Amino acid sequence: MSQPSMLLAAEESGHAIGEASGWFLENAWLIPVIPAVAFFLILFFGKKLPRGGSEFGLAAMLGSLVIAAGATWQWISSTTSHYDEAGNYEVEPVIREIVWWQSGPYEFGLGQHIDGLAIMALLLVAFISTLVQLYSTEYVNGDRRYTHYFAALTLFSSGMLAMVLAPDMVQLILGWEIMGLCSFMLIGHWWEEQANSKAALKAFFTVRVGDMGLLVGTAMLLAIFGTLQISEINALAAAGEFDSQNMLMWTAVALFIACIGKSGQFPLHTWLPDAMAGPTPVSSLLHSSTMVVAGVFLVARIYPVFHVGLDINAAGQSVNLIAAIGGITLLVAAALAFVQNDIKKVLAYSTVSQLGYMMMGLGVGAWTGAVFHIFTHAFFKCCLFLAAGSISHTAAHHSFDMKKDMGGIWKKMPVTFGAWMVSTAALMGIPFTAGFFSKDEIIDSAKHFEYTWFYYAGIIGAFMTAAYMTRATYLTFFGKPRGAAAHYMGVEHDTHGEVHEHSAHPDEAEHADGHIPDHTVDAHDDHGHDDDHAHDGHATHGRPLPFAPFDSPWKITAPLIILAALAVGAGYLNAPALKIYWFEHQTESSIGLPIDHGDDHGGEETEEPHGDEEALVVSEVAAGANGPFASAAEGGDHSYEPSGPYAVPAPPVFTWANAAPGLILVALGILVSWFASLAVFARRKNPFSPFVGLTTRSRPIGALHSFLVNKLYLDHLYEKVIVRAVAHPIAKAAYWFNQNVIDGIVNTVGTVTRRLGGWVYRNIDQRVVDGAVNASGTAASESGHALQPVQSGKVNQYGALLFGAAGIGAILLIILNG
Amino acid sequence: MYAFNFLLLSAALFSFGIYGVIARKNAVMVLMSIELILNSVNLNLVAFALMNNSIDGHVFALFVIAIAAAEVGVGLAMVLMIYRNRRSIALDELSEMKG
Amino acid sequence: MDPFKNNELLTIGTFLPLVGVVIMMFISAAEEQLHKMIAIVTAGATLVVGIITLLQYDYDASGQLQFVVNEEWISVINSNYNIGLDGISLPLYFLSMVVTFLVALYTYDNMPDAGSPKMFLMLMLILQVGMAGSFIAQDLILFFVFFEIVLLPMYFMIGVWGGEDRQYASLKFFLYTMFGSALMLVAFLAIYYNTGAESFAFQHLYEAGAGIGRNTQIWIFTGMFIGFAVKVPMFPFHTWLPDAHTQAPTQGSVILAAILLKLGTYGFVRIALPMLPQGAEAWAPVIAVLAVIGIIYGALGCLAQTDMKRLIAFSSVAHMGFVMLGISTLTVTGINAALFGMVAHGLITGMLFFIAGSVKHRYHTLEISRLSGMLIQVPKLGWLLGFSAMASLGLPGLAGFWGEFPALLASWNPNDAILGDQLELYRVLTVIAALGTVLAAAYLLWLYQRTAFGNPSPEFMPEAPAARSLSAAANDEHHDHHAADDIHDVTPLEWIAWTPFLVAIVVFGVYPQLMFEIMDPAVVELVNVIEAGVG
Repeated sequence: MSQPSMLLAAEESGHAIGEASGWFLENAWLIPVIPAVAFFLILFFGKKLPRGGSEFGLAAMLGSLVIAAGATWQWISSTTSHYDEAGNYEVEPVIREIVWWQSGPYEFGLGQHIDGLAIMALLLVAFISTLVQLYSTEYVNGDRRYTHYFAALTLFSSGMLAMVLAPDMVQLILGWEIMGLCSFMLIGHWWEEQANSKAALKAFFTVRVGDMGLLVGTAMLLAIFGTLQISEINALAAAGEFDSQNMLMWTAVALFIACIGKSGQFPLHTWLPDAMAGPTPVSSLLHSSTMVVAGVFLVARIYPVFHVGLDINAAGQSVNLIAAIGGITLLVAAALAFVQNDIKKVLAYSTVSQLGYMMMGLGVGAWTGAVFHIFTHAFFKCCLFLAAGSISHTAAHHSFDMKKDMGGIWKKMPVTFGAWMVSTAALMGIPFTAGFFSKDEIIDSAKHFEYTWFYYAGIIGAFMTAAYMTRATYLTFFGKPRGAAAHYMGVEHDTHGEVHEHSAHPDEAEHADGHIPDHTVDAHDDHGHDDDHAHDGHATHGRPLPFAPFDSPWKITAPLIILAALAVGAGYLNAPALKIYWFEHQTESSIGLPIDHGDDHGGEETEEPHGDEEALVVSEVAAGANGPFASAAEGGDHSYEPSGPYAVPAPPVFTWANAAPGLILVALGILVSWFASLAVFARRKNPFSPFVGLTTRSRPIGALHSFLVNKLYLDHLYEKVIVRAVAHPIAKAAYWFNQNVIDGIVNTVGTVTRRLGGWVYRNIDQRVVDGAVNASGTAASESGHALQPVQSGKVNQYGALLFGAAGIGAILLIILNG
Repeated sequence: MYAFNFLLLSAALFSFGIYGVIARKNAVMVLMSIELILNSVNLNLVAFALMNNSIDGHVFALFVIAIAAAEVGVGLAMVLMIYRNRRSIALDELSEMKG
Repeated sequence: MDPFKNNELLTIGTFLPLVGVVIMMFISAAEEQLHKMIAIVTAGATLVVGIITLLQYDYDASGQLQFVVNEEWISVINSNYNIGLDGISLPLYFLSMVVTFLVALYTYDNMPDAGSPKMFLMLMLILQVGMAGSFIAQDLILFFVFFEIVLLPMYFMIGVWGGEDRQYASLKFFLYTMFGSALMLVAFLAIYYNTGAESFAFQHLYEAGAGIGRNTQIWIFTGMFIGFAVKVPMFPFHTWLPDAHTQAPTQGSVILAAILLKLGTYGFVRIALPMLPQGAEAWAPVIAVLAVIGIIYGALGCLAQTDMKRLIAFSSVAHMGFVMLGISTLTVTGINAALFGMVAHGLITGMLFFIAGSVKHRYHTLEISRLSGMLIQVPKLGWLLGFSAMASLGLPGLAGFWGEFPALLASWNPNDAILGDQLELYRVLTVIAALGTVLAAAYLLWLYQRTAFGNPSPEFMPEAPAARSLSAAANDEHHDHHAADDIHDVTPLEWIAWTPFLVAIVVFGVYPQLMFEIMDPAVVELVNVIEAGVG
């Protein structure tokens, strides 16, 4: 939201050099707080309101957007009025904290850390969230959990905003996990269907697996640096003030594992396509500016830790963990995007692939390129998702299946089609769209910093991106209308055609036959919520724009138009091809590492302060026209030699020659894919016709196809092997151990004690001790019985006895004495 | 020698007494036999007292006579009561004291 | 007001419930409502005294004992009536009052089936005396007496008002704890005689205990360890817990989870560690290993459960594992985390047991496989279950997180001065414990998915003749009336009893400093005592 007039007005508000200030910057912490408060308001009062709480959500996001825009304006005015002689826009971040918790020597803060990166992300998130909220008021209108939807959506934005302005790792974790929670709530929004609740569970759980790395990595950061404050961590890492490089490397690895989980990097990317079970606006928010970007953002946020820990840009390094994971992800996900029938899944894999680009960019040291790609990607990917939602909402009767329910709808949905095409161009990286500027910088940097493998990965990825997007575009907008789309287009539903198509394309028949059960199950799942959530007469609510009478209502198309405009326009904030480095200047102080300019960077020689975006463009172009970079480029010395231990290299200088291979591959991708689509889906005769049905004719290719359709069998590994093993045999075994061994020991001790007691009782107590007592009794009794006859009761007998006894006694006496 | 005769007489009386106590059924006869035994003892006491020139034996003999009188009194009373209750004083029919 | 002079406040707060007990003794058992009212009023009055204590407490001097009383008690053995409150005991002392009050309130509508509220509530009030007393006692014998007072009421609560297997469970509970107590008492006497038989006062023993020889300390610590570990409960002394929890009435489960288990961990923090620092040094790695085994093991146990209440009970083993892991680090952060974890676990697991009780009340079963679609039938209860599950799995922003995460931070960085040579062990344990957070998410979300999501099972659907005939065919004779008749959402009384729990979970989760601020100075003092004793 950098309006020129605001920028000019801000010129006067600058203070001492290197300090950014202003009300909005000081109070940026309000940006996440407002939606958080709105969340509670929606939760408690939403149902009583006429619009079910969506007014709170939308108002809160607008409020956040206003503050974010104000902060952006004040930040830009600070940076543009304070730059040093070398042309660096060094501005101290605005850090404000309160003590969140204390523990002995440590104090951990809650507050804000505002710098270029945070500002960029805040503005982006607030802006996209606002559009998504607006779009949602139409898209989920009439849903039975409308209020809860907005509550979760608002909290979701709040989480992301809290994360991006975190001054402290703990607050970052807070935002990170809140997003995890909200993604759980939103992906599982239609939880009546088991498939949706499973997808929600999977998303939360997969991310949680990665979060182990975040928790442990944070503990490691505390061990290494003795603080969790992000600015201090960055400063200490950049200054080399740590004991063990090795430990720092493991810290970076641990934290990166969290990013793998959150940003859907290989091999934990499998939750992302399943997450399409949620409502489309959620997918668009999740995949553009929040959630999945969080992982990339984390790497960018504490970049010195990764850069130093993984020795990125060290001389002779040709591969590192981040670049490798990013590179693998971008290729694997692009390959997977080819075999999807669900339009949202194509976009999901495309997101994964683009996140791979960002990670790869960070891995090769192209911080600015990667961060700028976050920025541009958010607009065009959000636009693509919303366009897919628009098609599904209006034309395809809530289906997302490109092969069954779409086709030929470009004529009736001009706004959606236009937005889709512009965004697709940006995604492919067609020159002069936003995607070109950001993606090209990443690819170019990979080559320039001698990560050659990743350069090839980048351009092959560009080829694949162009190809799968062409396929998706063809299936969605061109060809014959099918299924629901045919109905919408007013074409008679051509069942014959469909049958023909099925029989004509064995690869499709293969799915239908259930040869690949997982895939068919997935396809079924996606329909689950739509059936459940059937609206009738979807054309009746809302009103389309007047110039496009058949398209979706304005609440859907307006965000599309804005986003499509930005899908092109956002690129001009940092267009090396046009010598524009404005975005770079705004954010470069957030890298946390000095920039090693090596051979001087042309764009930074400009000395006039630029208050105005347009003026900036012009002046940069003018200043850069005969800058020294040209000679450097001509000199052909592109190899990078680090000058200090810890510094990021300056981005390479753009030349069309360097960009050419990528562009040629993109063009090739479009052409190949277009003709292949015509051959496969429309049975048009062309050079690709011989390849039709190859997946069934050739065993290896068929195997590759099903390998891709089954998502590389990673889901099998996770769900059928690991999760099932833990949930069943291992847990059962542990429980068995508990019940039979530990409890067994306890019970055995109990039983043995009881038995012992019984034995003692029976044998010792009863027989010996009591036995003695009883025996004396018995003896007395027995002897009594024996003598009973003596006691005859007859006095004379008594007398006889008496005297007898006396006589015997007398005799004894006599004998003894005698 | 002198004492021997007394003792011999006393022993004979004692033996008659014992026989009476054990063999007679009539309670009065048993009482009388007991008198015989007591008096045989008295005879012994007096004889020994004479022999030893001591007065102790005489004193004991007098005691025994007094107690024998009391005993006969109580005994006859009991016999009378038994007779009243059972119309018989045959001792072999009395076995209430049987244990 | 000067908290150092207001001496009778703790005594009143601790023994006030006995007044209620005495009054109830003289009232006929038939007056059930009256008994309930008396119990609620007594518990409420106790809570008011607790609030006054909170208000008069000097938060700037949280590291010192306040409201101290030291009167002669049993002079023959030099045992005094010595009580006091500092930052370590205050949260738990107050928590016990809150929990008892809310449980009494909850009982008003939810008397366990065995009836006789008179006995039940009297036992509950006596229980409160024991719990509060344990947290304020500053004398070993006094502590022991209070510690044991707790035992009997709980035994009867489980044994009389419990579930089907109550005899076994209550006896197991009783014998297990008595066994621990016996060793504990021996340890107490040993420490008394080894310090010259002068006094049982904590403060005295903090100073004198360190002077005992290392081997003797280790032996005495062993006795205390077993005594407290049974109560915590730590692996492998935990097996009484699932049985006791499963069989206990809801009220018993809540009190057991919220307060009783904390007596063990509190004992470690307050008695075992500072009195026997070298014993603690030797035992800390063992405790840490057992704690981490407990974390993983409890989580795996949860995954194998088919009964909701038993699952929650097993999760206690895992959570108390985090608490013990924090304690075993012998750092300020770790012990702070443990204390926070104790309160958080009390609130969250107490809440989960309340919910389990309400589910049982409505569905007459806690079989996870039979429950589903709670969000449709009882949406508010379903939401509360989700909320509590999220809190329990340690979501930041809710209280549970502040027990787990700082414990992990601390166990990666155990006390250098004492456990410097055990660094690798602790770091390996940290990683394994972090795995426990993943498993926690697994079992809780799995529970939630199966019980709350989806559509309600036909068994519990009203107006489902098919289901009715099915259940009739299955000879379900203990349901005379239709199963769905009892199913209603959260009642107003339940809201009243639960809201304080929910609010506390959120408030402490969002702003943990509220509690860390109180505990931290006292814990710093404590760790100083330990470090001085070792060094």
